[in-house]
Amino acid sequence: MTAPPREPPGTEQAGARAGRARWVRVARFTGVPVRVSVDGIAHEAHAGESVLSAVLAVLGHARLNEFDGGKRAGFCVMGACQDCWVWVDGGRRVRGCGTEVAEGMAISTSAPRLEAADG
Amino acid sequence: MSAGRTDVAIIGGGLIGCATAYYLARRGRRVVLLERGFVGGVSSGVNFGNLRLQGRHLEQMPLALRAQALWEGLEAELGESVEFWRQGHLFVALNEQHAAQIEAFHHECRPYGLETELLDRHRIAERWPWLRGPVVSASWSARDATVNSRLVSPAYARAARALGADIREGVEMTAIAREGAGFRLACADGSEVLCDVLLNSAGAWGGAIAEQFGEPTPVFAAGPVQLITEATGRFLENVIHAVDGSIIFRQTQRGNILIAGHPRVPVDFANRRSRVPPRKLATNLARMLELAPHLSHLTLLRSWTGIEGYFPDMIPVIGPSRTTPGLFHAFGFCGHGLQIGPAVGMCLAELILDGRTPTPIECFGIERFAKPVTADRAHLAAEFEGTLLDKIGAS
Amino acid sequence: MARAVIVGAGPAGITAAATLAARGVDVVLIEEGRRGGGQGYRAAPPGLDLPMRRLLGGDLAAWRRIQARFVALTMPMKGLHERFPGFAGQVEFRPGTLAWNIADSVVHTECAGTLDEIAYDALVLATGATDRIMPVPGWTLPGVYTLGGAQTALKDQGCLIGRQVVFCGASPLLYLAALQYARMAGAAGARVVGVLDTTPFAEKRRALPDLLAAPGLLLKGLGLLAALKVRGVPVRHGVRLSAFTGTDQGEGAGVDGVLYQDAAGRTQRIECDAVAFGFGLRPESQLAELAGAALRYDPTFRQWFPAQDADGRCAPKVYVAGDNCRIGGARAAEAAGLIAAHAALADLGLANGGTDTQLVAARRTLAAMERFQRGLARAFAWPHHWAAGMADETIVCRCENVTVGAVRGAVLDARGGERELNRVKAAVRCGMGRCQGRFCGNAAAEIVAAALGDAQAEPGRLRAQPPVKPLPVTAAPKEPVT
Ligand SMILES: Cc1cc2nc3c(=O)[nH]c(=O)nc-3n(C[C@H](O)[C@H](O)[C@H](O)COP(=O)(O)OP(=O)(O)OC[C@H]3O[C@@H](n4cnc5c(N)ncnc54)[C@H](O)[C@@H]3O)c2cc1C
Ligand SMILES: Cc1cc2nc3c(=O)[nH]c(=O)nc-3n(C[C@H](O)[C@H](O)[C@H](O)COP(=O)(O)OP(=O)(O)OC[C@H]3O[C@@H](n4cnc5c(N)ncnc54)[C@H](O)[C@@H]3O)c2cc1C
Ligand code: FES
Repeated sequence: MTAPPREPPGTEQAGARAGRARWVRVARFTGVPVRVSVDGIAHEAHAGESVLSAVLAVLGHARLNEFDGGKRAGFCVMGACQDCWVWVDGGRRVRGCGTEVAEGMAISTSAPRLEAADG
Repeated sequence: MSAGRTDVAIIGGGLIGCATAYYLARRGRRVVLLERGFVGGVSSGVNFGNLRLQGRHLEQMPLALRAQALWEGLEAELGESVEFWRQGHLFVALNEQHAAQIEAFHHECRPYGLETELLDRHRIAERWPWLRGPVVSASWSARDATVNSRLVSPAYARAARALGADIREGVEMTAIAREGAGFRLACADGSEVLCDVLLNSAGAWGGAIAEQFGEPTPVFAAGPVQLITEATGRFLENVIHAVDGSIIFRQTQRGNILIAGHPRVPVDFANRRSRVPPRKLATNLARMLELAPHLSHLTLLRSWTGIEGYFPDMIPVIGPSRTTPGLFHAFGFCGHGLQIGPAVGMCLAELILDGRTPTPIECFGIERFAKPVTADRAHLAAEFEGTLLDKIGAS
Repeated sequence: MARAVIVGAGPAGITAAATLAARGVDVVLIEEGRRGGGQGYRAAPPGLDLPMRRLLGGDLAAWRRIQARFVALTMPMKGLHERFPGFAGQVEFRPGTLAWNIADSVVHTECAGTLDEIAYDALVLATGATDRIMPVPGWTLPGVYTLGGAQTALKDQGCLIGRQVVFCGASPLLYLAALQYARMAGAAGARVVGVLDTTPFAEKRRALPDLLAAPGLLLKGLGLLAALKVRGVPVRHGVRLSAFTGTDQGEGAGVDGVLYQDAAGRTQRIECDAVAFGFGLRPESQLAELAGAALRYDPTFRQWFPAQDADGRCAPKVYVAGDNCRIGGARAAEAAGLIAAHAALADLGLANGGTDTQLVAARRTLAAMERFQRGLARAFAWPHHWAAGMADETIVCRCENVTVGAVRGAVLDARGGERELNRVKAAVRCGMGRCQGRFCGNAAAEIVAAALGDAQAEPGRLRAQPPVKPLPVTAAPKEPVT
């Protein structure tokens, strides 16, 4: 319990590669690794990790405000502000801070091309 | 408090009261409007914003078209935005019976000056490629529009005030007495108003006032259900409206999807509270998704309804009292008072000042209820929840 | 058998559930999160290797107690019988479930897109609170979080919100969160670069008499301050926050500093890559309102709370307990949960006569905590007076990007402005977005009050509308409703 926490290798690599990870991991997940991608960047997360923390281990933001395009990176982290909704698997939307990652999840910070156009 | 004297007193500051106040003030009359809450705080400020011409009762067409002309110039007239948007209205037939209805209407409305365009499935698919569900045919009306209803009554009230009308919010009329040829109104705050002419535009509460003057009506209250989603990319530039009203939706200029759908629900009239029965949410959302499945990623933000007055024949009461000179009624707008509101205000101002109006509105007279009427259950089944029909004794 | 529904598995909800179940009531415990514990005493996901002792310090015992109670509850037949001799009712824990509406003695829930309805004989609402926000220019930048959010990132995910973090505002969470970060930051090379308390130190001294109602907590608070100083974290009192600087555009988007005026009125800046801020808590009172509770204004907190009797009754068959009706902290929440459960038992005809010593103690705790919290409200003052001077361009509603100027303008409209908060909302959309007014409501109310020219007047309140949080449009009942 008291051993100094280490960065899980996957997190650090992805964040370092992208160079703009926002959150800093200070305690590790010991569970099974879960592979996800964030805006196409591969990232090794772990069971129990939230979608928001996976995104912010890779990027500096989680979504774009729909009215001015400004970047947002969540705010309350407890399901109240709704400023962390992201797209997963090409069409579904989830609240990043309240959803756990799943194997193979493709997370995207922006909307896939509007279906209306091609539907 | 001493009684103030005025030419016209108006009870109720919904759209009808505010618009009438404005048109009277524009013609130089002294007006006092009494609103117990805020102007446009009841039906007039919570509605869907549909300025629909298609599918109207034909006898209402002249009034509706006069109203549309007023809407088209309203922002210039009042000097502020009400988010008027001439976005057009697609009436969608979900079965053969609906299809027959829109086809009949297409011919019937033409003499009044309304053009609709009938579209087959192919044409629909061209213009609304995302539209799914059992759509048989549709009718397009380009002149139909929408507004942001929250802005309309306050805008009328401000403009009326600027012309000298005395708009009193937070003042409830509690008693009316005849005084000479006019009226004396007592208010909850102790104030009184003396007037020559009195307008009853008290919305769903107008029935009680009419009854006091020996004119009972079968008015009853109900609430149309409204839902709104978060904003999404713009894809819909017009109103989509199933012919039977079972689902109606549009996208606001900011991108939210506003959703309505009959049947209307009971409201707590006595306590002036209205809330959407929770199960209605899923029902109406499912109907919207049947037509627009590509919206399935959205979340719903709010639901609400309002307290609107209805008559079993689904048209309002507009016109002079038949028992009491100087008294006028305009209430019970049956869920479509927004669209005709400006013209109703104009016609009432004309009736009050000139004794007549060029727009035919005789069919809305209160005298039609001199004989008792019963609600026709079959006719109203799609319009109101069954429990509500039971309550009003529909058979 | 009577059925109680409890919403919220924090200290209040867990305690109420345990108390009711122990007396044979069937309990359904609804929790939007995945685990029990609530905001302060949450359990990290299994597999997250958090050094709880280091993180929580003196709070560890309380955390263990709440967690143990929760674990015992959710293993009902085994755990409950051990802990509460006598008959125990069933407890059904429904995690990941949002209570989104209450109507006609039925709670409406949504779980992973499935809607459900639960009828109740007693309903205990223990929905807690979230941070209260007064906007600061730049508060929507990536990297700016609530104090609670910063804590949750750490306690729920083992992450810090950045490498150089500024904690600011006026909140009982301010020093707590800062110290938790300071304790955990070192190993990752991160740092708490400053704590900016917006309340003048003199106010803290004035709050002392009330704070002495809970000497233990007062000492704990002073201990936090001392521990921060020992760790070399700069702490400033009586500052005014001018702006969070940075950009929300492009690759380097994010907060890069905090601009403030110190107590002497000098402009100062701290560089950082993350900010946590907040001004006390605001109650999650929407469900209580939908369930029929009246709301009552409390001048000490300058907020509205569900009106309740001494035992938490707020509407027929409905009880409130914890931070959602009385900002009181975890100990008060536990006590209130116990008291509300006893009220429900009495109303269900299940009172066991006699005076429960636990109940007497709980009432005493609640009274002391209430006084203590009034002291805290003063020691960490809500800066309502900022509203008058806030720049027009500052965003107040982060969902709809409504500015302070727009809210003010709706009131100051020369042709007859709005005078009531919900009317302002209707006119300018402030509070109409996804968070349903949770983060703009308090500030917008103050801006309206200030624009009306009476800063002392009671601020208004946004009315609750169902659903209390967004529902997926695809949400559908388990079985189609006919
Ligand atoms: C949810 C909903 C959706 C709708 N959608 C549409 C639509 O899309 N298109 C359309 O055309 N129409 C629509 N309508 C109908 C339309 O909103 C109404 O017909 C119209 O607003 C009626 O206006 P009003 O002035 O008669 O009534 P109200 O707006 O109800 O005004 C009556 C006023 O009288 C006041 N009052 C009553 N008694 C007293 C008293 N004793 N003293 C003082 N004041 C008193 C009330 O407080 C109230 O403000 C909808 C209605 C609702 C509720
Ligand atoms: C962000 C935050 C951090 C805190 N940190 C600490 C700390 O570190 N140490 C400390 O001593 N005290 C802390 N406190 C104070 C203390 O934890 C609280 O006072 C205490 O948790 C209050 O308990 P409660 O039971 O009233 O509510 P909470 O603990 O807030 O629990 C409420 C629960 O209800 C759930 N909920 C809310 N609405 C719904 C809904 N509609 N449907 C389903 N579930 C719902 C929430 O998810 C939550 O789990 C913190 C408070 C907050 C708000
Ligand atoms: S960060 Fe606020 S809801 Fe997720």
